[in-house]
Parts: sequence; structure tokens; C-alpha cells
Amino acid sequence: MTTKNDKTVWMSGNEAIARGAYEAGVQVASGYPGTPSTEIMENLCRYDGVYTEWAPNEKVGLEVAIGASFAGVRALATMKHVGLNVAADPLFTASYTGVNGGLVLVCADDPEMHSSQNEQDNRNYAFAAKLPMFEPSEPMEAKEMLKSAFELSEDLDTPVILRITTRIAHVKGVVEQGEIRDSAPGEITKNPSKLVMLPGMARRRRAYVEERMNRCREMVETADFNTIEKGDTRRGFITAGVSYLYVKEAFPDAAVLKLGMCWPLPEKKIREFAAMVDELYIIEELDPFLETHIKAMGISCRGKDCIPSQGELNTAIVRNAIDPDSGVELFEEVDLPLRPPNMCAGCPHRGIFFNLSRMKLFVSGDIGCYTLGFLPPLSAMDSCVCMGASVSIAHGIAKAVGEGAHDKVVSVIGDSTFIHSGITGLINSVYNNSASTLIILDNRITAMTGQQQNAASGYNMKGEAASQLDLEALCRAVGVKHVYKVNPHLIPETRKILKEAVALKEPSVVISEAPCVLLPEMKERKPVSYFTNQENCVGCMSCIRLGCPAISWTAFAEGEAETRGYRKKQKGISKIDEILCNDCGQCASLCKFDAITRKEEK
Amino acid sequence: MEDAGNILFSGVGGQGILLASEITAYSLLAVGYDAKKSEVHGMAQRGGSVTAQLRYGEKVYSPLIEPGQADIQVAFEMMEAVRYIPFLHRGSKVIVNTQKILPPAVATGQAEYPADVLDNLIDHEIVVVKVDAFDLAREVGEVRTANVVMVGAMSSFLPVSPDVYGDIIRARVPEKFRDANLRAFEAGRRASE
Repeated sequence: MTTKNDKTVWMSGNEAIARGAYEAGVQVASGYPGTPSTEIMENLCRYDGVYTEWAPNEKVGLEVAIGASFAGVRALATMKHVGLNVAADPLFTASYTGVNGGLVLVCADDPEMHSSQNEQDNRNYAFAAKLPMFEPSEPMEAKEMLKSAFELSEDLDTPVILRITTRIAHVKGVVEQGEIRDSAPGEITKNPSKLVMLPGMARRRRAYVEERMNRCREMVETADFNTIEKGDTRRGFITAGVSYLYVKEAFPDAAVLKLGMCWPLPEKKIREFAAMVDELYIIEELDPFLETHIKAMGISCRGKDCIPSQGELNTAIVRNAIDPDSGVELFEEVDLPLRPPNMCAGCPHRGIFFNLSRMKLFVSGDIGCYTLGFLPPLSAMDSCVCMGASVSIAHGIAKAVGEGAHDKVVSVIGDSTFIHSGITGLINSVYNNSASTLIILDNRITAMTGQQQNAASGYNMKGEAASQLDLEALCRAVGVKHVYKVNPHLIPETRKILKEAVALKEPSVVISEAPCVLLPEMKERKPVSYFTNQENCVGCMSCIRLGCPAISWTAFAEGEAETRGYRKKQKGISKIDEILCNDCGQCASLCKFDAITRKEEK
Repeated sequence: MEDAGNILFSGVGGQGILLASEITAYSLLAVGYDAKKSEVHGMAQRGGSVTAQLRYGEKVYSPLIEPGQADIQVAFEMMEAVRYIPFLHRGSKVIVNTQKILPPAVATGQAEYPADVLDNLIDHEIVVVKVDAFDLAREVGEVRTANVVMVGAMSSFLPVSPDVYGDIIRARVPEKFRDANLRAFEAGRRASE
């Protein structure tokens, strides 16, 4: 049974990492929201004495943390796996400068792509950037390893990466709270030969990187987070991260080498373990990272020949991969209508995508709630690659097509994503005279990851008033001559402006301004809803085609239309669920038969 | 005390699955079990089908329930009671809220809500406990407590005394909603006893 005291709490991995940062005496933390990493910063900002902020993107966030480390305090940067691609530039050179105060980057990978566009394995970054990387298996361990990562960072003068995955970030487990480390404010100290990476200095630091990693390789041989768990040696397992948990359940009696650090590897310990067991298996999610490096040591083992390299693992996958006869018969899935996520009732994005779905354009999309504009019935997104790519991809398409492309391609991006990495694309579009139109969906919040403030929302991470970026002025400042603002809930009016902007042969921007319905102030409004005057409904389905969760279609049985007093050919009627309705009025702006009316009150 | 168990929560984003699974987990922890819960944020919300997986026992390693190993499922919507049937086994207990929430294809007239959808469970010797959670929540005076009605209904099948849940609700629910949630728990418990 779990022994409990007043220090025992039940926490998610992200909450535990925030707690760990607090216990480790972190003084500056910066990040950009991204599932499954977001809640680390959201929880850390509630602890006293830690400066926390949302950065406009992960590169900026990491650079802020590097600066704080240079000033001698412990600093943290958080991001999702793809965010590390954006932050890779400072990371690779911070590997050379090293640190003053401890510097840890937490990156949250998303095997299975629950909420991501790819499932890259960021362990490869540790190898490529020559940095130590910790890999916890569960929340308590994540907290303790973060603290170890700060110690290691300062001992070896190196940034350290803590890599988690969705099943650590969003898993809750029992966590024991620890003591808080004392910390002092930072100081400016000059040390240019360490911090100015001109080639001459960088070459010297490059040699230090090798020396440091060699020292780290020795340390990990005896580190208590790389442990051999004795057991049945007929089969031995080397594993790390969440995969360790699946091995323990699938083969509870087997000998296991659990690696708490996946880089650098404890070669002697691995050899010792390999010699102990008859057959050696490497169990890891995604890439054959451990396997490749263990095989390079000349150790024979099994791994990705039986363990899938795509998607998440679980206990059953691990057990069945190694003992194919162990599978149990499962009930077959039942064929049911799918229930994909949908934009909320009253979501301002819906109005824009409804219009785009009618305009026969190539819609270059981006990352956010609005990516759901891809789904039927709107089906109004034709590409989506990465944060900020919408603008530049539309520009590339327009240049490739050449003459006449101006009214065939638009890009769509959210406020937060535009600030993250769309602005440089827009500058390029203006500088190189793009013909495409950019639509900025300004809902005043970073919505998809759960309502985080950003530079255009007017508030900082703690909810205090902050400078608010003027998107229109910014677009004009980079040289866009045609900037329009629309209320996306007024669908016909918005269509007119979209058509005007798209017809231009010069760069144009349409800013769609309406707050996310999940904002607290929107939820606290006096609830008013629209309702259907069903006697006026002619069954044209105009409102149904919005795909709003508050509007549903009731099909008539044969002869029912006539008996209920409708036209004989009418196939059904629509109905608004007044509890779900969020008072946007998009449906009413489309109805030509006076069948949708706004109520005074619910 | 039973050794271990796996509870699957399923429903539609926004139905309060998170709070329901938290109350359950804290109650199991309070009587001495280890517990782990796994859920997915981000894309899975926004009205999509969502699950939370809760495992308890003397020592829990994996946060994920193996297919075929869920002992109890708490389903907040009828179709979502059936969607995860590969996780169930003969004799699994499914406590289902008899509410229908239309998925987009049904709401737009492209597909039909399957008739007698729960028969898919009953035909496999799965024990189905129907609860009109929305109606019971209305009776206790707060429609937003349907999720806690479901916890009450499920509680009859777990080795935890009702008093423990009461303590957890008192400790974790804002005062404004505390009494309504306690009544919701009781109503759910009575509905399944």
C-alpha cells in the first residue's frame, strides 16, 4: 500500500515537474504552450518567487532561459516536441557556451500524435546537440529527475534536457513533496570567452563539449537512476521512460536495466547487463534510439524487429510482441458514427471557414483550433504543416502558379500562431510581392492548448494587464497596404470583404475579430440564445451546413411533412439546442426564411 | 479489499469526466490504494469522444488499461458506452448515463444514431447499469452535477465506503456547489443499489 504523509499528493507529470522546478529553486521559466507540455508553466506560475512567462515561441523561450542562466540563476524552458525544432538553433550553441545557473529544457513528446502533427523522437536531439537527457517513467520520478538535471547542469556546465511523453505529462500518480532549495537573485558577470561564440572561442568550447560528455559518460555508470533490477535472466530488458512501466507489467519477473538517462549511455553497465542475460531486448517507443547505440557497442539484441516503431506502446503490445501467443480474444469494435472534435457552438472560426468553403480557394492552414476547419461539413482547409507555415506556403503556391494565382489561394492563421512564426512569413510575402491573402483569426487567446494568454491578448501569464500587440498596425508596419477587419459572425458581410481582399493583386490581410467563446468573460455573459421558429423552417439546411453542435436536423418520415403542414417535398427541419447555443448568430445571418430568432433571455 | 481494478471513463468533451475521475481516484487513494490516471488533452476536447483511464491496486506501474481488462466503465453517453468495447470483458460493469449527444454526422442528417445501441454490450454478457444522470441531477437542483451522479452510481461497485466519497467531495468541490454534489452522489448511489 502507498504510505502517505502530509507531503504526499496526487499530481500529473506536468504538475510534478512544476513542483520540481519550485523545489529546485528555479527563478526564471519561459515557454510556449503546446500539448502535452502546457500545464508545466501553468502550474509553475502559481508558485511564489518564480518568474514565469509565455514567450511568443519556443526559440525565444529558450533564449530567455539561457539569459537567466548566464546571470547565474536556475532557469527552465518548456515546450512540446515540435517546439524544440524551433528552439534548436539556440540549443545547439548553448551546448557550447554551457551555463552559469543550471539550465534545463523540458520537452514533451507526443507518441501516437494525440494532439500533434508528427511524432518525432526528440531523444535524437540529445545525441545531435551533445547534451545529457533524462527520461522519467512517472510523475514522482519526473520531479526528482528535474532536480537531478539541475545538479548535473551545474556540475558539468551544460544545458540538460528532460524528455517526457504524453503518458507522463498527463498521467496522475502519487508524488511526495520535497524541500525547497534556497536561491539568490542573479548577477551580471562578464565572461566573453565562454559566452561569445565566435569561431575561435567556439572551437575551444567545442573541445570542452567532448570533455564534458566524457565526464558525463563516467558519471552515468554509477548514477542511481540507471539501475539493474535483478530477476529471471533468460530474458533481459533494457528500457527507459514510460516503456519501463509496460515491461514491468508484461514481464514482472524478468531482469531489467532501467535507464533514467537515455544520453549518454552507461556502456559498461549495459555490457554487464547484456552478459547477465540469455536474450536481450530493448523496449522503447518510436525510434530505435537505444537499440542503435547499443548495437553500435557491438552488443547483439532484439528491438524494433518485434517492437513497433510507430505510435505508443502499452503492456499488451510489449507482451504480444515478445510472446505472440499470449494475446487474448477481444470484443470487436462496433461500427458507430464517429465523434471527432468540433469547433464549439458559437466559435468565431466557423463563420470564416463557412465562407471559405463556398469560395473555391486553396486554403493554406495552420496549427490551432481552426485546423478543425478541415473537417466536414466545412471541409475548408487544404494544407497544414507546422506553426506559422500557412503564410509562406500560400506565398510559395502563388509564386509557383504565377499570373492569376492571386484569387485562388489564401492562408489562415490564429493570433498566437501568427505571433509565434507567421510574422516573418508575412514580411516575406510583402517584400516579395505576394498575391495571396492572409486571414488572421484573432480570438484574443491561445485557445487549442486551453486558453493561454499571448502578446495580443492584453494580459500576461499571471493574468495581469500587459502590453497588447496591435495586429493591424503590425501588418501595416511591415508594408501591407490592404488591411481589413471583419466580424466573422456576420457571414454575408464577411464574404463581401473576403472577396474584395482576394481579388486584389497585392498582399492583403483580413483580421477576423471575435473572442473565443471559452474565454471566462464570454462564459459569464448573460446567456441569450437563438431558437428555431420551426413553422418557418423550409428545410434548406443552410444553418445545418455550419456544422454547429447546437444545431441538429430532424428528418421527416414518409408523409410526415404534409401531416405537419410543410411542403410535401420538405425532407426535415432544423432545431437549435438552446442550452448549447452560444449566441453567435451565424445561423441567423444565413437563414433567409425568418426561421431563426434571438431570444431576449434563456 | 480487492487487489486491483481498472476503471474506464468515457463520454463527450465537456461532460465533466475529469472531476468524476478525480473524485473516484482520490477516494481509492484515501483507503490506501496506489492509483494512476491517464487522459489526453488538446485535440481530444472540443466535443470529441474522450476517455480517462484509472487503475488502482497495491502498486500500479502502467497508466494505461490493457484492452479486455477494464472491470468498470463509467459512460457519460450511450454511444460512448459502446465505442470502447474492446477494453471490456465478460462480466465488466458498465454504468451508463442514458443521455444521447448527437455526433456531427447524425446532427447534420448524414447518419443515424444507432438504435438499441446498448444491446451490443448486453449481448456480450456485460452488465449494464442504466442511470438517467441528467434527470437525477435536475432533481437535486443542479443539472451540472450529472457527472457526480455517475460517480455515485459507480460507487456501489467499488470497495470504498460512501462516507469516503463524501469526504472527498467536501474537500474538493467549491463550497457553492458542495451540497448539490453531495446530493447528486447520493442520488446516483441509490439509483444503482
